[in-house]
Amino acid sequence: MLFQETTPDTSGYMIAGFALTFLILAVYVASIYVRNRNLQQDMDMLAEIEEPAVKIKARSTGRAEKKKVKPGTKKGKK
Amino acid sequence: MNHKPLALKILDVVSIVLLVTAAYLAIVVAPTERVMGDVQRVFYFHIGTAWVALVGFVFTAGLSVIYLITKDLKWDRIQVAAIEVSVMFFLITIILGSIWARPAWNTWWTWDPRLTTAAVTELIYIAYFMLRQGIDDPNKRARFGAVYALIGGLSAPITFFAIRLFRTIHPVVIAGSNAAAEGNFSMTGDMLQAFFFALFAFTVIFIDLFWNRIRLGEVQEKVEEMKLKAAW
Repeated sequence: MLFQETTPDTSGYMIAGFALTFLILAVYVASIYVRNRNLQQDMDMLAEIEEPAVKIKARSTGRAEKKKVKPGTKKGKK
Repeated sequence: MNHKPLALKILDVVSIVLLVTAAYLAIVVAPTERVMGDVQRVFYFHIGTAWVALVGFVFTAGLSVIYLITKDLKWDRIQVAAIEVSVMFFLITIILGSIWARPAWNTWWTWDPRLTTAAVTELIYIAYFMLRQGIDDPNKRARFGAVYALIGGLSAPITFFAIRLFRTIHPVVIAGSNAAAEGNFSMTGDMLQAFFFALFAFTVIFIDLFWNRIRLGEVQEKVEEMKLKAAW
């Protein structure tokens, strides 16, 4: 390029450069969006699993407390 | 569901506007460089992305120190976000440099000190994620990651000063000159405008992506906690 008389046509390289920049940025933004969406789905699913598990746990602890109360005695009364 | 704060939504829009404006200034407003032609226009984005990536790498070294002092996993989460965004920007820097080098140096790649240190820096931070994936314990993972990023942080200033310390064909555009450089040029007023605007635009875009990535890390942590709870 040192002893050239006219400006070379390097527009193809320029277009490739800007296109790749926008592409990489778009892919990265999309990856953040997709990862976030997948995590939100996981969170919802785990919350659904957790809910019945908490209910079962509460029921089983309730039964255990009932069993502890001796027959003939009323709960809460001396 | 955790909703996006309004400030972040505004920053998302501002980032897109700044990116488009920076591209407009670089492609339309800035004059065509006489010797290299249109390919010189990628220089504005090349420097803009390099600036945020290298500052990001140094910033993560600082976050390592904070984590090692406080042992708070919040700083680890912020560090991961900063490194991921910096790696992405530095990849753009390297690709744009390679595209510029083809017509300017007649090669896509050469093992010049600047190009070599840049490639090593990028690989160091890609390896950071590989290291983290191999460790299950969150505290151990954060500690190892912090020490690694602290040492890895040295690669950023080495990359920056490589063209000032060694004989290299890479041009020194800011603060200095290099007799051996091929592809040097001086900037006109419009070129400087596009240059400084690109620096500003990529700084804002970095902050925006960094914030979004931190939020993703928070959700990731929440899901991990819920998974552990469900396993018990």
